[in-house]
Amino acid sequence: MASSLHQIPTTQECSDFNRVVFVDVSKYFGRRRALAHVSLECGTGEILGFLGGNGAGKSTLLALAGTILAPSSGEIRYGAESVREPGPALRANIGLLSHDFQLYPELTARENLEFFAALYGLDQVRDRSDEALRSAGLFSRGDDFVGGFSRGMKQRVALERTLLHAPRLVLLDEPFAGLDEGSSSALVERLQVLKSEGRIIFLATHDFEVAELVLDRAMLLRAGRLLPLSRAGESLRARYRDSMQRELKPRRLE
Amino acid sequence: MRRFFTVALLIMRKDLRVETRSRELFLTTLFFSVSTVLVFAFGFVRDGRPVENAVAGILWIAIAFAGTLALGRTFERERYHDVLRALLLAPVDRPAIYVGKLLGILALLAAVEVVIVPLVALLFQAPLFRQPILTFLLLSLGTLGFSAVGTLFGAMLVRARSRDVLLPVLLYPITIPVIIAGVRGIAVLLQPEVDVAMVRAWIGMLVFFDVVFITLSLWTFEPVMTE
Repeated sequence: MASSLHQIPTTQECSDFNRVVFVDVSKYFGRRRALAHVSLECGTGEILGFLGGNGAGKSTLLALAGTILAPSSGEIRYGAESVREPGPALRANIGLLSHDFQLYPELTARENLEFFAALYGLDQVRDRSDEALRSAGLFSRGDDFVGGFSRGMKQRVALERTLLHAPRLVLLDEPFAGLDEGSSSALVERLQVLKSEGRIIFLATHDFEVAELVLDRAMLLRAGRLLPLSRAGESLRARYRDSMQRELKPRRLE
Repeated sequence: MRRFFTVALLIMRKDLRVETRSRELFLTTLFFSVSTVLVFAFGFVRDGRPVENAVAGILWIAIAFAGTLALGRTFERERYHDVLRALLLAPVDRPAIYVGKLLGILALLAAVEVVIVPLVALLFQAPLFRQPILTFLLLSLGTLGFSAVGTLFGAMLVRARSRDVLLPVLLYPITIPVIIAGVRGIAVLLQPEVDVAMVRAWIGMLVFFDVVFITLSLWTFEPVMTE
């Protein structure tokens, strides 16, 4: 059940949207191609998964969706509008959980959450951070320094930091990494709640078993290109392997 | 505008909170600047008398060295654990992040100067407190100009591999006008007869450079931070 604190914040001028569309988006870092001609669309209440090996372009895609990177070509639309220069109003509706935890290890979990809540201009900062700590199952450890937390605990706090301002677009890069079974199950439930609240969720993961439980659609990224996911095979892992084999076969023949 | 300064103060408070816990920057910059002053004291004080007109330069070298050390680390906390991305994604005016970081550095250097200035006055028998308001103005305006450029360069170089080498190489040539104005202003203050009009002229020069440097930094921070 969503709490009243998890509504879109009122203290910010928000630019809400109901879908995110990539139109022929490419991203280059110097001469290196990170993403090539990616087109996709995702609407509210949908969890879109990105599968692929290391360096496939998953994190770049999430960073582009999160306005951290600007596309080299193509455009990204939030709702009906194409955004060339994303401003604070749009960023207020985006939450990004990165590979790293994006937390200050010298601050306590509560201080970290309060800092980011204040940065987002949210009201009831203390209540929000308390609720976030309860959601993370870390209320009793709220006054402990994040630097002393295990990877899984940091991941849980980082997830709460990402969701503090109830963003419309939730970008999760390997959110299950380092989580134990209980925490993974809690995150799966949390994602279902976010989905029912009408969030747009991009999720990059290697965890096929968990992805199978939460994803509405999955896309395969390889060397920056979006590939169709095979329909052969029952499980997501089998479909992923089949897609990769089909992709590699022609290259071996060459 | 109110939100701008709220964000800047929030970031400054966070930086100071982290610093009071780790004391990493304060202790290293203080140790470094005290060591610098002591080395100069051994080199430039003979028979209990300091070399003439050297004090102002020694004071500013100690401040500039300490400042460079601190500025090189100012965005390091954001670089580790990728917090910088979280800051850049926040719905705030990005120049407010710059102002917050600048205020944090200024507070740190002010704390270092509280120790360094009396130490220089003591070791070199320099009458730095004869005109305390003018001394304060020269030091604070000079530190502001130096830090304003340094904070921008610290942000620019945060993703550069050789940032520790590049920072002083870029920072010193750009901030030379500020350091010269600071040195000349303090040197005038240390003369037996203080030429207040001349000190005011150097203060005016520092105000001019501060306005130019801060304006340029605020203007360029957002494009610099966009990857």
